[in-house]
Amino acid sequence: MFENFITSLMTVEGFAFYLFSFLTIGLFSVTVMSKNILYSMTSLAAAMVLVSGFFFLLGADFLGVIQIIVYVGAVIALYAFAMMFFDATRDIKEKNTNSFVVFLLGGMSALVLVLMFAAPIHSNDIQALYPMTEGVGNAQDVGMVLFTKYLVPFEVAAVMLLVAMIAGIILAGKKMNHSITENMEIDNDAKDEIMIQKDKE
Amino acid sequence: MEATHLLPEVTWVGVLIKTVIILAIISALAGFGTFIERKVLAFMQRRLGPMHVGPYGLLQIAADGIKLFTKEDIIPQNANKLIFMVAPLITAATAFIALGAVPVFPDFTVPDFIPFIGGTFVPSIASDLNIGILFVLGMMASGLYGPLLAGMSQANKWGIIGAARTAIQFLSYEVITALAILAPVMLVGSLSFVDFNMYQSGGVSSWLIWQQPVAFILFLIAGFAETNRTPFDLLEHEAEVVSGYATEYSGMRWGMFFIGEYANMITISVIAAIVFLGGYDASSSIGWLTIMLKIAFFFFLMLWVRAAWPHVRPDQLMWFCWKVLMPIAVLNVLITAIIVLL
Repeated sequence: MFENFITSLMTVEGFAFYLFSFLTIGLFSVTVMSKNILYSMTSLAAAMVLVSGFFFLLGADFLGVIQIIVYVGAVIALYAFAMMFFDATRDIKEKNTNSFVVFLLGGMSALVLVLMFAAPIHSNDIQALYPMTEGVGNAQDVGMVLFTKYLVPFEVAAVMLLVAMIAGIILAGKKMNHSITENMEIDNDAKDEIMIQKDKE
Repeated sequence: MEATHLLPEVTWVGVLIKTVIILAIISALAGFGTFIERKVLAFMQRRLGPMHVGPYGLLQIAADGIKLFTKEDIIPQNANKLIFMVAPLITAATAFIALGAVPVFPDFTVPDFIPFIGGTFVPSIASDLNIGILFVLGMMASGLYGPLLAGMSQANKWGIIGAARTAIQFLSYEVITALAILAPVMLVGSLSFVDFNMYQSGGVSSWLIWQQPVAFILFLIAGFAETNRTPFDLLEHEAEVVSGYATEYSGMRWGMFFIGEYANMITISVIAAIVFLGGYDASSSIGWLTIMLKIAFFFFLMLWVRAAWPHVRPDQLMWFCWKVLMPIAVLNVLITAIIVLL
């Protein structure tokens, strides 16, 4: 087994895979272990970039870039935005009130890990249900599967996101036409005129 | 140059040389860009601009460079030191990685008389991905972490307000950039810069700007916002937030933010030139000159707009993005889709 490791490390793909693996696991552990918000957030974002490396290694360029755009460009940026409500330079004191939950989650993670490592035993039987089409780009290939086989889940996800978006607008947008910094009584239409008059003075 | 269809094989040495060229020239261009910016602004405001160092102030670049490199690198006492130090690197690195996937300079073969690397073919794109546009947009999107982490790590109120503005502005205008560029992508049916260039190879009349004028204007506006150019440069608006995320930075770390910003300006110019204005003409030998001129035009346009337009307010910025630009962008995509289907 150790010889296999060494030989696979000699190839470019193998080396890149192990490099990305160690870096990803290392960075995700920093995310979990660190008591500093900034360290956790930065390492989470960096690890998400490195995860896209696996997609690139497998030739799935499109999914790799989507991974970067969605997770790094949007999701974690929004986490960061939420973290601005805290003093990010100070360490956090964690309160651990329920050790049963910790025990349960830890045990389940261990179980998943064992299953993951045991999975290669059956890897010889695995066949691609939707193999890549020759001569077609990555984006087209994803599109073909998405809009034929997985059309219903895709549409359900779209509806879910729409519901979330409308809910967000309703929650946040009750007084969207009133500016907080200006007088709340002023009607929105008259506001611009008042601004112009202020400038004239 | 004529035989662009029979390109020699790209070796890793060629890619390495290309990378070094991009790093060297774009970093130098960032310095030269400041000089040009100051001169153009000065002439538009009936001033002379930098005049004292060298002829026409040309050596001002060297003076600025010496100042940047030798200035003390100050790290505030209460800042999160590691993140504070890393943040400018993120801005510069993502900007240059984005430039790695766009065709910037012409391809050439290193002459044989140079030892070791003679005869190596240097490609025009360091990494020719077939999803180039998405990659560049994604990299520019991750460039957001530079200002964001800088602002959050420095324990400074102006910094954190600047970082918050960065996050809002970049996230919002990314949506516009992506939607604007989606319409041309649907027409061409590819995400590769080379395919875009081939699609518009039939002269000026085949440029996508004539078919997609709305997308072009939307992309330019969003590009200005994403590179933090003047009508939308609220991240470091002196009158309100001192320097925003860059308040506590000095010396070369500040310079890296600066270089990253200029590199992003060039990237946006390159994307606009290739996607909307026909790109490089692969069949003629002066094709690369034309794309350089187009890139230079967009760079000049950014300076021109800076001299001509005032800042907007932050609430106007958000209103403009979500209530004006996004509906137009979605409509544009919808109409394009209907026309493509018909």
